Amino acid sequence: MREISEPVPKKDHAAKMDGSAVYVADWPHKDMLHGKFIRSPHARARVVEIKLPPLPAGYFAVDKNDVPGINEVHIVMDDTPVYANETVEYIGEPVLMLVGPDEDEVKRLADETQVVYEELPPVLGIRNFDTVFFDYRYDKGDVAAAFAAADQVYEEEFETGYQEQAYLETQGMIARYSDGKVAVHGSMQCPYYIHGAVAKATGLAADKVRIAQDITGGGFGGKEAYPSILACQVAVAAYKAGGRPVRVVFDRREDMEYTSKRHPSLCVYKAAVKDGRVTALDIDILYNAGAYTTLTAVVLQRGVIAASGAYNIPNLKVRGKGVKTNTAPSGAFRGFGGPQTFFAIEMMMIHIAKALGEDSLAFRLRHLARQGDTTSTSGRYHFPVPLPAMIEAVDQASDYRRKRAEYSKAQTGRFRKGIGMSLWFHGAGFTGSGERDHIKAVARLRKRPDGRVEVLASQTDMGQGIKTTLCKIVAKELSLPLERVFYENPDTDRVPDSGPTVASRSLMIVGELLRQCAIQLRERWRDGEEQTVEEHYKEPDFLLPFDLDHFQGDAYPTYSWAVAAAEVQVDSLTGVQEVLGAWGSFDAGTPIDQNILRGQMEGGFLQGLAYASMEQMEADGKGRIRNNSLSDYIIPTAMDVPVMEAQAYVEEYPDGPYGAKGAGELPTVGGAAAYLGAVEQALGGASLGRIPFGAEDALSVLRADAPKEVG
Amino acid sequence: MDDAIVFTLNGKQVRYAGSATARLLDVLREDYRLTGVKCGCREGECGACSVILDGRLANSCMVAMGRVDGGTVTTIEGYRETARFKALDEAYASVAAVQCGYCIPGMVLASECILAKNPHPSEAEIRVGISGNLCRCTGYNAIVKAIGIAAKEGEGLW
Repeated sequence: MREISEPVPKKDHAAKMDGSAVYVADWPHKDMLHGKFIRSPHARARVVEIKLPPLPAGYFAVDKNDVPGINEVHIVMDDTPVYANETVEYIGEPVLMLVGPDEDEVKRLADETQVVYEELPPVLGIRNFDTVFFDYRYDKGDVAAAFAAADQVYEEEFETGYQEQAYLETQGMIARYSDGKVAVHGSMQCPYYIHGAVAKATGLAADKVRIAQDITGGGFGGKEAYPSILACQVAVAAYKAGGRPVRVVFDRREDMEYTSKRHPSLCVYKAAVKDGRVTALDIDILYNAGAYTTLTAVVLQRGVIAASGAYNIPNLKVRGKGVKTNTAPSGAFRGFGGPQTFFAIEMMMIHIAKALGEDSLAFRLRHLARQGDTTSTSGRYHFPVPLPAMIEAVDQASDYRRKRAEYSKAQTGRFRKGIGMSLWFHGAGFTGSGERDHIKAVARLRKRPDGRVEVLASQTDMGQGIKTTLCKIVAKELSLPLERVFYENPDTDRVPDSGPTVASRSLMIVGELLRQCAIQLRERWRDGEEQTVEEHYKEPDFLLPFDLDHFQGDAYPTYSWAVAAAEVQVDSLTGVQEVLGAWGSFDAGTPIDQNILRGQMEGGFLQGLAYASMEQMEADGKGRIRNNSLSDYIIPTAMDVPVMEAQAYVEEYPDGPYGAKGAGELPTVGGAAAYLGAVEQALGGASLGRIPFGAEDALSVLRADAPKEVG
Repeated sequence: MDDAIVFTLNGKQVRYAGSATARLLDVLREDYRLTGVKCGCREGECGACSVILDGRLANSCMVAMGRVDGGTVTTIEGYRETARFKALDEAYASVAAVQCGYCIPGMVLASECILAKNPHPSEAEIRVGISGNLCRCTGYNAIVKAIGIAAKEGEGLW
């Protein structure tokens, strides 16, 4: 183990532990104005008229006509309006905001506000799309020839549902406009994304927009793009408020129902098998984008690139569409498009093995990619692929092979068991050349005359520990005690744009930039002086350039790897499933802090298992999401997976700091297939293809298997 | 006649003259500015607003002020002054059990209630004891471990 992996108390521990940490809702707000959205009750409609009640002095409404700049939220594309235009496109789309000093009075006025709509037929359900936002396709080898020569051809459909981030702190923003400058602070992952969006919506120059992160109570992707939308809405209200701060903090139902979630997906996989080996995959992927594009392009890119999983399949045809439905826009959630296709490919491989009468793990092992092999996009696995060793580690921890054999025997009792295993990777950092062409990260260190060193970067700590790990890197290079290196929450007036806190990039990319800064500072160090050093991102020179138009080249510089096993017991009387144990091995390179890495792996692993089992959210026939509370949308408690072990496996990445690579998303990506694979076995070898898989789903499989009454 | 609600809040007697139907959560956060009490759902599901009410863990969003009359309420702001908190603080820090932090004030008070009832809880008892407090970050292992460490290192405190 490297010395830097030794755990330390986290930088943000004390204030969070004793309750003194100030989150956005905790700011004194007696003198603030409160904002409340009036939202569309229709999935699609024309806004005919807004009828406001008489507004007392000090109360006002804000809508699209109040946007001083352009009524578009800058995300990847800019089709999301700040406030609704002539039409509303999903239930919950904000049409206007009512603002005033007394929160209860604002709510009363909001209730009395009438918006007249002319309803339009909505598009609902992923299968019913008529608008394709994005349509990607790539090819490798000769798929037609492989299918023509196949011994067997298999085809199957896989479906995944929404997953809600369910961060414990709901979204919230506070904005104030004074002296020609708008300042916004709140719960967020990406201050500079918000900075660009607010500048466009307000029409203010970049130096007249200031964005600062408050302590953020979890993000998991849910605070990547959505805060840009909310910040624009609140900033526009503040612009109209003339100097008084405007505050919006969502309640739980508002947050769950109307903010972004993981894209539901529908994938059709077709496989050609020759001599017991998969020679080609022909894959069609649909991701439900919701009403606006937001992050769908980049989520879908990651999904299509991962479509053939961790396997070396010589011939591929992969097509992915991001389709519009009249529902709340889907967005980023830890794993970012990966969990959907990794679920599909793992289940597909398990099912093909079963059809061929081969052990599913042995079958997958035979197909694994190795160092030097080409990736799905004809790039290279430049570094070792440690999955075989990780499989052995998980087998040892879980007793997978023995249990798999035991549970494959006929089970007739009330409680039936199964065990499943899944293998996956997470491409570390941005897809393609995003880091080089779009982000262009800049990081700085400032040494104070007293010898303390401040990290200047735009990375946000939302619990994942980036404040601590970045400071550890700098302290190590400068041989300083950790207390002498510090990192405040980012504020765009003070820090350079080192990029967003997304894509498992912060430690790998910004951590390395800061390590370079620290080396530079060490070499130039002069006692008693203030000194600032700066580094700019440079792409590693081993990369095969990525062509996004054809999906060719290195989509990622390196990969983080994972193997998971899940053991499940199904109650055949009620269908209720219980996780008896979950074991994972995770390679995120060198841990910059063992405790922090373990915390990421355990938390993310549990989210990935819950994605397959208990987290169920659906839009109904009117486009309404009714599982909008923690009573109706169930996330795990401490009792749901009492035995969960996450081991670290270390395959160092030479271009990351001390060998570290992407960590945050990895554990969430692929656990679903381990779970469903276990359920299949417990249910006597059913072939399943849909998550979440609940008690009712298990019962319908058991009923279908039950002897039928004849005559 | 004085119909104010009188209760002990973090060791001091206070007099609340507002409505008996106000939520304890709102009164603690807004009237007494005890913002360590977090609001996660206002429906009694998440446990972020946990306080200790008359010796038992309670979701303050589900408690009307009338219920508090004559009672004793401890929030993280009161509890953090104790030696028991210090033991939990060190234990949580030693395993990095705090991630986003939003569940933590409630989780710490749940930890206290577990240990006050049973100074030597099993892992299963700890899991039951915090099962009303949702954490989305950690997967709970580190928190469970921290409570076990506090029980051991804080021997005699509970």
